[in-house]
Amino acid sequence: MNKIKDIARPGDPLPILSGHVSNGRFERVLRAGHFAVTTEIAPPDSSDPREVLIRARLFDGYVDAINATDGSGAHCHMSSLAVCAILTRVGYSPIIQISCRDRNRIAIQGDILGAAALGVCNVLSLTGDDVSAGDHPSAKPVFDLDSVSLLGTIKIMRDEARFLSGRPLDSAPNLFLGSTINPFVPPVRNRVDQLAKKIKAGAQYIQSQYCFDLDLLKPFMKRAVDEGLTNDCFILIGVGILASARTARWLRENVPGVHIPDDIIDRLEASKDQKTEARKISVELMQKIKEIEGVSGIHVMAYKQEKHVAEVVKQSGILAGRQPWAPQRTEVEIKE
Amino acid sequence: MYQVRLWSTRHSRSMERLYEIMNPAVLLFLRCMTRILGRRLDRPVTAIERTMKGFLFDCQMCGDCVLSKTGMSCPMNCPKTMRNGPCGGVRANGMCEVKPDMRCVWVEAWAGAKDMTSGGDIKQVQFLLDYRDKGKSSWLKVARDE
Ligand code: SF4
Repeated sequence: MNKIKDIARPGDPLPILSGHVSNGRFERVLRAGHFAVTTEIAPPDSSDPREVLIRARLFDGYVDAINATDGSGAHCHMSSLAVCAILTRVGYSPIIQISCRDRNRIAIQGDILGAAALGVCNVLSLTGDDVSAGDHPSAKPVFDLDSVSLLGTIKIMRDEARFLSGRPLDSAPNLFLGSTINPFVPPVRNRVDQLAKKIKAGAQYIQSQYCFDLDLLKPFMKRAVDEGLTNDCFILIGVGILASARTARWLRENVPGVHIPDDIIDRLEASKDQKTEARKISVELMQKIKEIEGVSGIHVMAYKQEKHVAEVVKQSGILAGRQPWAPQRTEVEIKE
Repeated sequence: MYQVRLWSTRHSRSMERLYEIMNPAVLLFLRCMTRILGRRLDRPVTAIERTMKGFLFDCQMCGDCVLSKTGMSCPMNCPKTMRNGPCGGVRANGMCEVKPDMRCVWVEAWAGAKDMTSGGDIKQVQFLLDYRDKGKSSWLKVARDE
Protein backbone atom coordinates (compact mmCIF):
# COMPACT_ATOMS: atom_id res chain seq x y z
CA MET A 1 0.00 0.00 0.00
CA ASN A 2 1.43 3.36 -0.99
CA LYS A 3 0.95 6.59 0.76
CA ILE A 4 -0.13 9.22 -1.66
CA LYS A 5 -0.20 12.83 -0.82
CA ASP A 6 -3.81 13.79 -0.92
CA ILE A 7 -3.70 17.36 0.15
CA ALA A 8 -6.93 19.12 -0.52
CA ARG A 9 -6.29 22.54 -1.90
CA PRO A 10 -9.49 24.19 -2.99
CA GLY A 11 -9.25 25.30 -6.57
CA ASP A 12 -6.37 22.90 -7.12
CA PRO A 13 -7.98 19.55 -7.84
CA LEU A 14 -6.25 16.18 -7.68
CA PRO A 15 -5.08 14.82 -11.02
CA ILE A 16 -7.46 12.43 -12.79
CA LEU A 17 -5.96 8.95 -12.67
CA SER A 18 -6.13 6.75 -15.74
CA GLY A 19 -9.43 4.95 -16.05
CA HIS A 20 -11.09 7.51 -13.78
CA VAL A 21 -13.64 10.12 -14.78
CA SER A 22 -13.32 12.52 -11.86
CA ASN A 23 -10.65 14.22 -9.79
CA GLY A 24 -12.33 12.98 -6.68
CA ARG A 25 -11.12 10.97 -3.73
CA PHE A 26 -14.37 9.00 -3.55
CA GLU A 27 -13.85 7.46 -6.98
CA ARG A 28 -10.22 6.71 -6.09
CA VAL A 29 -11.22 4.83 -2.95
CA LEU A 30 -13.74 2.69 -4.81
CA ARG A 31 -11.58 1.97 -7.83
CA ALA A 32 -8.71 0.99 -5.55
CA GLY A 33 -10.95 -1.76 -4.22
CA HIS A 34 -11.53 -0.35 -0.74
CA PHE A 35 -14.81 -0.81 1.06
CA ALA A 36 -16.18 2.73 1.05
CA VAL A 37 -18.33 4.56 3.58
CA THR A 38 -20.52 7.54 2.75
CA THR A 39 -23.06 9.45 4.76
CA GLU A 40 -25.59 12.23 4.49
CA ILE A 41 -25.40 15.74 5.87
CA ALA A 42 -28.64 17.45 6.77
CA PRO A 43 -28.45 20.91 5.16
CA PRO A 44 -29.19 23.62 7.71
CA ASP A 45 -32.14 26.00 7.71
CA SER A 46 -29.67 28.79 8.00
CA SER A 47 -27.52 31.12 5.97
CA ASP A 48 -24.52 30.54 8.20
CA PRO A 49 -21.79 28.47 6.50
CA ARG A 50 -20.34 27.43 9.87
CA GLU A 51 -23.46 25.34 10.45
CA VAL A 52 -22.43 23.15 7.52
CA LEU A 53 -18.87 22.72 8.73
CA ILE A 54 -19.96 21.89 12.26
CA ARG A 55 -22.22 19.17 10.93
CA ALA A 56 -19.55 17.79 8.60
CA ARG A 57 -16.93 17.61 11.33
CA LEU A 58 -18.90 14.86 13.08
CA PHE A 59 -17.91 12.44 10.33
CA ASP A 60 -14.19 13.30 10.17
CA GLY A 61 -12.05 10.27 9.58
CA TYR A 62 -14.92 7.84 9.13
CA VAL A 63 -16.48 8.59 5.77
CA ASP A 64 -15.15 8.87 2.24
CA ALA A 65 -17.83 11.17 0.90
CA ILE A 66 -20.72 13.23 2.22
CA ASN A 67 -24.06 13.51 0.41
CA ALA A 68 -25.62 16.93 0.49
CA THR A 69 -29.33 16.31 0.16
CA ASP A 70 -31.44 18.37 -2.22
CA GLY A 71 -34.65 19.39 -0.50
CA SER A 72 -35.12 15.86 0.79
CA GLY A 73 -38.67 14.91 1.65
CA ALA A 74 -39.63 18.00 -0.39
CA HIS A 75 -38.68 20.19 2.57
CA CYS A 76 -36.88 23.45 1.98
CA HIS A 77 -33.29 23.75 3.29
CA MET A 78 -29.99 25.26 2.20
CA SER A 79 -29.34 24.13 -1.38
CA SER A 80 -27.23 21.08 -2.11
CA LEU A 81 -24.96 23.10 -4.39
CA ALA A 82 -24.21 25.61 -1.64
CA VAL A 83 -23.53 22.94 0.97
CA CYS A 84 -21.16 21.21 -1.45
CA ALA A 85 -19.35 24.45 -2.24
CA ILE A 86 -18.79 25.13 1.46
CA LEU A 87 -17.50 21.58 1.93
CA THR A 88 -15.09 21.64 -1.01
CA ARG A 89 -13.57 24.86 0.29
CA VAL A 90 -12.18 22.88 3.20
CA GLY A 91 -11.28 19.89 1.06
CA TYR A 92 -14.13 17.51 1.84
CA SER A 93 -15.40 15.25 -0.89
CA PRO A 94 -19.12 15.97 -1.17
CA ILE A 95 -21.70 14.29 -3.37
CA ILE A 96 -24.16 16.75 -4.83
CA GLN A 97 -27.67 15.30 -4.95
CA ILE A 98 -29.80 16.57 -7.78
CA SER A 99 -33.51 15.96 -7.63
CA CYS A 100 -35.74 16.38 -10.68
CA ARG A 101 -38.61 17.78 -8.67
CA ASP A 102 -37.62 21.42 -8.54
CA ARG A 103 -35.68 22.27 -11.67
CA ASN A 104 -35.96 21.81 -15.40
CA ARG A 105 -33.20 20.85 -17.80
CA ILE A 106 -31.96 24.42 -18.19
CA ALA A 107 -31.49 24.96 -14.45
CA ILE A 108 -30.04 21.52 -13.83
CA GLN A 109 -27.40 21.73 -16.56
CA GLY A 110 -26.35 25.11 -15.20
CA ASP A 111 -26.00 23.66 -11.70
CA ILE A 112 -23.93 20.77 -13.00
CA LEU A 113 -21.39 23.10 -14.56
CA GLY A 114 -21.43 25.24 -11.44
CA ALA A 115 -20.88 22.27 -9.15
CA ALA A 116 -17.90 21.05 -11.17
CA ALA A 117 -16.48 24.57 -11.19
CA LEU A 118 -16.73 24.68 -7.40
CA GLY A 119 -14.71 21.50 -7.03
CA VAL A 120 -17.52 18.98 -6.67
CA CYS A 121 -16.49 15.62 -8.14
CA ASN A 122 -19.51 13.40 -7.46
CA VAL A 123 -23.15 13.71 -8.36
CA LEU A 124 -26.16 11.64 -7.38
CA SER A 125 -29.19 11.68 -9.62
CA LEU A 126 -32.61 11.34 -8.00
CA THR A 127 -36.16 11.68 -9.17
CA GLY A 128 -37.10 13.16 -5.81
CA ASP A 129 -40.08 13.01 -3.48
CA ASP A 130 -43.28 14.65 -4.63
CA VAL A 131 -44.03 18.16 -3.38
CA SER A 132 -47.03 16.77 -1.51
CA ALA A 133 -44.61 15.07 0.92
CA GLY A 134 -43.04 18.29 2.14
CA ASP A 135 -43.66 21.64 3.76
CA HIS A 136 -44.64 23.41 0.53
CA PRO A 137 -47.35 21.14 -0.88
CA SER A 138 -48.73 24.02 -2.93
CA ALA A 139 -45.55 24.26 -5.03
CA LYS A 140 -45.45 23.38 -8.70
CA PRO A 141 -43.72 20.02 -9.27
CA VAL A 142 -41.34 20.13 -12.22
CA PHE A 143 -40.16 16.59 -13.09
CA ASP A 144 -38.92 17.69 -16.51
CA LEU A 145 -36.47 14.75 -16.27
CA ASP A 146 -36.42 11.57 -14.24
CA SER A 147 -33.41 10.03 -12.50
CA VAL A 148 -32.50 7.96 -15.55
CA SER A 149 -32.71 10.74 -18.12
CA LEU A 150 -30.82 12.99 -15.71
CA LEU A 151 -27.99 10.44 -15.66
CA GLY A 152 -28.01 10.48 -19.45
CA THR A 153 -27.92 14.26 -19.45
CA ILE A 154 -24.87 14.52 -17.18
CA LYS A 155 -23.12 11.78 -19.14
CA ILE A 156 -23.60 13.74 -22.35
CA MET A 157 -22.22 16.87 -20.74
CA ARG A 158 -19.21 15.01 -19.36
CA ASP A 159 -18.38 12.67 -22.21
CA GLU A 160 -19.44 14.73 -25.21
CA ALA A 161 -18.70 18.16 -23.73
CA ARG A 162 -21.99 19.63 -24.86
CA PHE A 163 -25.36 20.73 -23.59
CA LEU A 164 -28.47 18.75 -24.50
CA SER A 165 -29.12 21.37 -27.14
CA GLY A 166 -25.84 20.47 -28.80
CA ARG A 167 -24.12 23.73 -27.90
CA PRO A 168 -20.50 22.84 -27.00
CA LEU A 169 -18.94 23.31 -23.56
CA ASP A 170 -15.53 24.92 -23.26
CA SER A 171 -14.66 22.46 -20.55
CA ALA A 172 -16.63 19.39 -19.55
CA PRO A 173 -17.63 18.62 -15.94
CA ASN A 174 -15.54 15.71 -14.62
CA LEU A 175 -18.17 14.08 -12.47
CA PHE A 176 -18.41 10.60 -10.97
CA LEU A 177 -21.98 9.66 -11.70
CA GLY A 178 -24.31 7.93 -9.30
CA SER A 179 -27.93 7.16 -8.61
CA THR A 180 -30.14 5.34 -6.15
CA ILE A 181 -31.99 2.06 -5.99
CA ASN A 182 -34.63 0.67 -3.64
CA PRO A 183 -34.58 -3.13 -3.78
CA PHE A 184 -37.06 -3.38 -0.91
CA VAL A 185 -40.32 -2.14 -2.44
CA PRO A 186 -42.41 -3.38 -5.38
CA PRO A 187 -41.84 -4.39 -8.06
CA VAL A 188 -39.12 -6.26 -6.15
CA ARG A 189 -38.52 -8.63 -9.07
CA ASN A 190 -37.80 -5.80 -11.47
CA ARG A 191 -35.52 -3.74 -9.28
CA VAL A 192 -32.47 -5.41 -10.80
CA ASP A 193 -33.78 -4.50 -14.27
CA GLN A 194 -34.15 -0.95 -13.03
CA LEU A 195 -30.55 -1.05 -11.80
CA ALA A 196 -29.43 -2.29 -15.21
CA LYS A 197 -31.27 0.61 -16.83
CA LYS A 198 -29.55 3.12 -14.58
CA ILE A 199 -26.15 1.64 -15.39
CA LYS A 200 -26.95 1.76 -19.08
CA ALA A 201 -27.84 5.43 -18.66
CA GLY A 202 -24.50 6.15 -17.00
CA ALA A 203 -24.57 5.28 -13.30
CA GLN A 204 -21.11 4.34 -11.99
CA TYR A 205 -22.10 3.96 -8.38
CA ILE A 206 -25.37 3.36 -6.55
CA GLN A 207 -26.48 4.24 -3.04
CA SER A 208 -29.45 2.20 -1.92
CA GLN A 209 -32.41 3.10 0.24
CA TYR A 210 -32.35 1.94 3.90
CA CYS A 211 -31.68 -1.79 4.15
CA PHE A 212 -33.19 -3.47 7.17
CA ASP A 213 -34.02 -6.70 5.41
CA LEU A 214 -31.12 -8.92 4.35
CA ASP A 215 -33.50 -11.55 2.99
CA LEU A 216 -34.51 -9.10 0.28
CA LEU A 217 -31.03 -7.72 -0.27
CA LYS A 218 -29.32 -11.06 -0.84
CA PRO A 219 -31.34 -12.21 -3.87
CA PHE A 220 -31.12 -8.71 -5.31
CA MET A 221 -27.34 -8.66 -5.02
CA LYS A 222 -27.04 -12.21 -6.31
CA ARG A 223 -28.92 -11.36 -9.47
CA ALA A 224 -26.96 -8.16 -9.88
CA VAL A 225 -23.69 -10.09 -9.62
CA ASP A 226 -24.92 -12.88 -11.93
CA GLU A 227 -25.93 -10.35 -14.55
CA GLY A 228 -22.50 -8.75 -14.35
CA LEU A 229 -23.89 -5.44 -13.16
CA THR A 230 -21.38 -5.12 -10.34
CA ASN A 231 -18.51 -5.13 -12.84
CA ASP A 232 -19.57 -1.77 -14.19
CA CYS A 233 -20.95 -0.18 -11.08
CA PHE A 234 -20.11 0.12 -7.38
CA ILE A 235 -23.03 -0.64 -5.11
CA LEU A 236 -23.25 0.98 -1.69
CA ILE A 237 -26.01 -0.25 0.57
CA GLY A 238 -27.91 2.15 2.80
CA VAL A 239 -27.86 1.53 6.53
CA GLY A 240 -29.92 3.59 8.93
CA ILE A 241 -29.36 4.42 12.56
CA LEU A 242 -32.72 4.35 14.30
CA ALA A 243 -33.52 6.06 17.58
CA SER A 244 -36.32 3.88 18.94
CA ALA A 245 -39.11 1.53 17.99
CA ARG A 246 -41.37 4.55 17.77
CA THR A 247 -39.23 6.36 15.22
CA ALA A 248 -38.89 3.13 13.27
CA ARG A 249 -42.67 2.86 13.06
CA TRP A 250 -42.99 6.50 12.16
CA LEU A 251 -40.39 6.16 9.39
CA ARG A 252 -42.08 3.09 8.01
CA GLU A 253 -45.46 4.73 7.89
CA ASN A 254 -44.53 8.24 6.83
CA VAL A 255 -41.45 8.13 4.67
CA PRO A 256 -42.10 6.76 1.20
CA GLY A 257 -40.09 3.67 0.32
CA VAL A 258 -38.84 2.76 3.80
CA HIS A 259 -39.22 -0.93 4.57
CA ILE A 260 -38.52 -2.03 8.16
CA PRO A 261 -39.51 -5.63 9.00
CA ASP A 262 -41.44 -6.30 12.21
CA ASP A 263 -38.65 -8.31 13.80
CA ILE A 264 -36.41 -5.22 13.91
CA ILE A 265 -39.16 -3.23 15.62
CA ASP A 266 -39.93 -6.08 18.01
CA ARG A 267 -36.28 -6.38 18.90
CA LEU A 268 -36.10 -2.66 19.68
CA GLU A 269 -39.25 -2.79 21.73
CA ALA A 270 -38.02 -5.73 23.77
CA SER A 271 -34.73 -4.08 24.68
CA LYS A 272 -34.19 -2.01 27.80
CA ASP A 273 -32.12 0.65 26.14
CA GLN A 274 -33.60 1.19 22.69
CA LYS A 275 -31.00 3.73 21.58
CA THR A 276 -28.07 1.41 22.23
CA GLU A 277 -29.91 -1.53 20.74
CA ALA A 278 -30.64 0.47 17.59
CA ARG A 279 -26.97 1.21 17.12
CA LYS A 280 -26.16 -2.43 17.69
CA ILE A 281 -28.59 -3.32 14.93
CA SER A 282 -26.82 -0.89 12.58
CA VAL A 283 -23.41 -2.32 13.45
CA GLU A 284 -24.59 -5.88 12.80
CA LEU A 285 -26.25 -4.90 9.53
CA MET A 286 -23.07 -3.22 8.30
CA GLN A 287 -20.96 -6.26 9.13
CA LYS A 288 -23.36 -8.65 7.45
CA ILE A 289 -23.81 -6.47 4.38
CA LYS A 290 -20.06 -6.21 3.93
CA GLU A 291 -19.92 -9.98 3.57
CA ILE A 292 -22.40 -10.04 0.67
CA GLU A 293 -20.78 -10.49 -2.71
CA GLY A 294 -20.87 -7.45 -4.94
CA VAL A 295 -21.30 -4.82 -2.24
CA SER A 296 -18.68 -2.06 -2.45
CA GLY A 297 -19.60 0.05 0.53
CA ILE A 298 -22.09 1.35 3.03
CA HIS A 299 -24.11 4.55 2.85
CA VAL A 300 -25.05 5.59 6.39
CA MET A 301 -28.27 7.53 6.76
CA ALA A 302 -28.61 8.85 10.27
CA TYR A 303 -31.04 11.72 10.22
CA LYS A 304 -30.95 13.36 13.66
CA GLN A 305 -28.51 10.61 14.74
CA GLU A 306 -25.50 12.10 12.96
CA LYS A 307 -23.41 12.20 16.11
CA HIS A 308 -23.42 8.40 16.23
CA VAL A 309 -22.21 7.78 12.69
CA ALA A 310 -18.50 7.72 13.55
CA GLU A 311 -19.00 5.44 16.51
CA VAL A 312 -21.18 2.95 14.62
CA VAL A 313 -18.78 2.80 11.68
CA LYS A 314 -15.89 2.33 14.07
CA GLN A 315 -17.57 -0.46 16.00
CA SER A 316 -18.54 -2.29 12.84
CA GLY A 317 -14.94 -2.47 11.68
CA ILE A 318 -15.99 -2.17 8.04
CA LEU A 319 -13.17 0.24 7.30
CA ALA A 320 -10.72 -2.51 8.25
CA GLY A 321 -8.31 -0.08 9.83
CA ARG A 322 -8.36 2.38 6.94
CA GLN A 323 -8.76 6.01 7.88
CA PRO A 324 -10.53 8.18 5.33
CA TRP A 325 -9.31 11.70 4.66
CA ALA A 326 -10.23 14.46 7.07
CA PRO A 327 -9.27 18.14 6.98
CA GLN A 328 -6.49 17.95 9.56
CA ARG A 329 -4.78 15.10 7.76
CA THR A 330 -2.73 15.51 4.64
CA GLU A 331 -2.02 11.92 3.74
CA VAL A 332 -4.25 8.93 3.27
CA GLU A 333 -3.47 5.41 2.28
CA ILE A 334 -4.94 4.34 -1.00
CA LYS A 335 -3.85 1.19 -2.76
CA GLU A 336 -2.47 1.94 -6.18
CA MET B 1 -60.87 5.86 -16.68
CA TYR B 2 -58.83 4.22 -13.96
CA GLN B 3 -60.53 0.81 -14.11
CA VAL B 4 -60.31 0.60 -17.88
CA ARG B 5 -56.67 1.61 -17.73
CA LEU B 6 -55.92 -1.22 -15.30
CA TRP B 7 -57.86 -3.63 -17.51
CA SER B 8 -55.84 -2.61 -20.59
CA THR B 9 -52.55 -3.17 -18.80
CA ARG B 10 -53.70 -6.53 -17.47
CA HIS B 11 -54.54 -7.48 -21.06
CA SER B 12 -51.32 -6.08 -22.41
CA ARG B 13 -50.75 -9.07 -24.70
CA SER B 14 -54.15 -8.63 -26.41
CA MET B 15 -53.51 -4.91 -26.71
CA GLU B 16 -50.16 -5.64 -28.28
CA ARG B 17 -51.77 -8.04 -30.75
CA LEU B 18 -54.38 -5.47 -31.66
CA TYR B 19 -51.63 -2.92 -32.17
CA GLU B 20 -49.63 -5.30 -34.35
CA ILE B 21 -52.64 -5.92 -36.59
CA MET B 22 -53.86 -2.34 -36.78
CA ASN B 23 -50.60 -0.46 -36.91
CA PRO B 24 -49.48 -1.05 -40.52
CA ALA B 25 -52.94 -0.31 -41.94
CA VAL B 26 -53.42 2.81 -39.83
CA LEU B 27 -49.99 4.15 -40.72
CA LEU B 28 -50.54 3.51 -44.41
CA PHE B 29 -53.91 5.25 -44.26
CA LEU B 30 -52.45 8.23 -42.41
CA ARG B 31 -49.60 8.52 -44.89
CA CYS B 32 -51.99 8.59 -47.84
CA MET B 33 -54.29 11.06 -46.15
CA THR B 34 -51.38 13.31 -45.26
CA ARG B 35 -50.52 13.53 -48.92
CA ILE B 36 -54.05 14.64 -49.75
CA LEU B 37 -55.00 16.72 -46.74
CA GLY B 38 -51.67 17.79 -45.27
CA ARG B 39 -51.95 19.62 -41.99
CA ARG B 40 -55.76 19.65 -42.18
CA LEU B 41 -55.52 16.07 -41.01
CA ASP B 42 -54.08 17.03 -37.63
CA ARG B 43 -57.22 18.06 -35.81
CA PRO B 44 -59.48 15.09 -36.54
CA VAL B 45 -56.71 12.51 -36.08
CA THR B 46 -55.59 14.07 -32.80
CA ALA B 47 -59.19 14.09 -31.58
CA ILE B 48 -59.65 10.41 -32.45
CA GLU B 49 -56.35 9.44 -30.88
CA ARG B 50 -57.17 11.40 -27.73
CA THR B 51 -60.58 9.76 -27.38
CA MET B 52 -59.47 6.21 -28.05
CA LYS B 53 -56.26 6.19 -26.06
CA GLY B 54 -57.84 8.37 -23.40
CA PHE B 55 -60.52 5.76 -22.88
CA LEU B 56 -58.23 2.74 -22.93
CA PHE B 57 -55.09 4.05 -21.23
CA ASP B 58 -55.91 7.43 -19.65
CA CYS B 59 -53.52 8.76 -22.31
CA GLN B 60 -52.22 12.25 -21.54
CA MET B 61 -51.22 13.04 -25.14
CA CYS B 62 -47.53 13.57 -24.43
CA GLY B 63 -46.93 13.43 -28.17
CA ASP B 64 -44.34 10.67 -28.02
CA CYS B 65 -46.17 7.43 -27.28
CA VAL B 66 -44.21 4.71 -25.50
CA LEU B 67 -47.11 2.42 -24.53
CA SER B 68 -45.65 -0.53 -26.42
CA LYS B 69 -42.47 -0.18 -24.37
CA THR B 70 -44.14 0.34 -21.00
CA GLY B 71 -46.35 -2.72 -20.73
CA MET B 72 -49.32 -0.71 -22.05
CA SER B 73 -49.32 1.43 -18.92
CA CYS B 74 -49.15 5.15 -19.78
CA PRO B 75 -46.21 6.61 -17.82
CA MET B 76 -47.65 10.11 -17.98
CA ASN B 77 -50.18 9.04 -15.35
CA CYS B 78 -47.33 8.75 -12.87
CA PRO B 79 -47.55 11.92 -10.74
CA LYS B 80 -43.83 12.38 -11.35
CA THR B 81 -44.30 11.68 -15.07
CA MET B 82 -41.41 9.23 -14.87
CA ARG B 83 -40.59 7.70 -18.24
CA ASN B 84 -38.11 5.28 -16.67
CA GLY B 85 -39.84 4.19 -13.52
CA PRO B 86 -40.72 3.30 -10.91
CA CYS B 87 -39.43 5.65 -8.25
CA GLY B 88 -38.21 4.35 -4.91
CA GLY B 89 -41.31 5.35 -3.04
CA VAL B 90 -43.78 2.67 -4.15
CA ARG B 91 -45.87 1.44 -1.23
CA ALA B 92 -45.51 -2.13 0.02
CA ASN B 93 -48.93 -2.95 -1.46
CA GLY B 94 -47.91 -1.67 -4.89
CA MET B 95 -49.82 1.59 -4.62
CA CYS B 96 -48.38 4.96 -5.65
CA GLU B 97 -46.42 6.99 -3.14
CA VAL B 98 -48.19 10.20 -4.11
CA LYS B 99 -51.70 8.88 -4.73
CA PRO B 100 -52.37 6.06 -2.27
CA ASP B 101 -55.56 5.10 -4.13
CA MET B 102 -53.80 4.47 -7.42
CA ARG B 103 -51.70 1.44 -8.39
CA CYS B 104 -48.16 2.55 -9.18
CA VAL B 105 -48.13 3.07 -12.93
CA TRP B 106 -44.74 1.39 -13.14
CA VAL B 107 -45.62 -1.65 -11.05
CA GLU B 108 -48.38 -2.15 -13.60
CA ALA B 109 -45.99 -1.44 -16.46
CA TRP B 110 -43.44 -4.08 -15.48
CA ALA B 111 -46.24 -6.59 -14.90
CA GLY B 112 -47.80 -5.77 -18.28
CA ALA B 113 -44.47 -6.02 -20.11
CA LYS B 114 -43.93 -9.53 -18.79
CA ASP B 115 -46.81 -10.85 -20.90
CA MET B 116 -45.90 -9.05 -24.10
CA THR B 117 -43.86 -10.43 -26.98
CA SER B 118 -41.82 -7.27 -27.14
CA GLY B 119 -41.95 -6.82 -23.37
CA GLY B 120 -38.18 -6.60 -23.19
CA ASP B 121 -38.44 -3.13 -24.73
CA ILE B 122 -39.27 -1.79 -21.28
CA LYS B 123 -35.55 -2.14 -20.57
CA GLN B 124 -34.71 0.53 -23.11
CA VAL B 125 -33.79 3.88 -21.66
CA GLN B 126 -36.31 6.56 -22.58
CA PHE B 127 -34.59 9.85 -23.02
CA LEU B 128 -36.07 13.31 -22.72
CA LEU B 129 -39.51 14.26 -23.80
CA ASP B 130 -39.98 17.17 -26.19
CA TYR B 131 -42.57 19.29 -24.41
CA ARG B 132 -43.45 21.10 -27.61
CA ASP B 133 -45.19 17.90 -28.72
CA LYS B 134 -47.62 17.88 -25.82
CA GLY B 135 -51.17 17.61 -27.09
CA LYS B 136 -50.06 16.51 -30.56
CA SER B 137 -50.76 13.17 -32.20
CA SER B 138 -48.16 10.42 -31.82
CA TRP B 139 -49.71 8.50 -34.69
CA LEU B 140 -49.11 11.33 -37.12
CA LYS B 141 -45.63 11.83 -35.80
CA VAL B 142 -44.77 8.22 -36.65
CA ALA B 143 -46.65 8.26 -39.97
CA ARG B 144 -44.81 11.38 -41.05
CA ASP B 145 -41.43 10.24 -39.70
CA GLU B 146 -41.16 13.40 -37.66
S1 SF4 C 1 -45.04 5.26 -6.95
FE1 SF4 C 1 -45.12 4.73 -9.15
S2 SF4 C 1 -46.76 6.00 -10.03
FE2 SF4 C 1 -46.29 6.83 -7.98
S3 SF4 C 1 -44.78 8.44 -8.33
FE3 SF4 C 1 -43.58 6.59 -7.95
S4 SF4 C 1 -43.25 5.67 -9.99
FE4 SF4 C 1 -44.88 7.19 -10.22
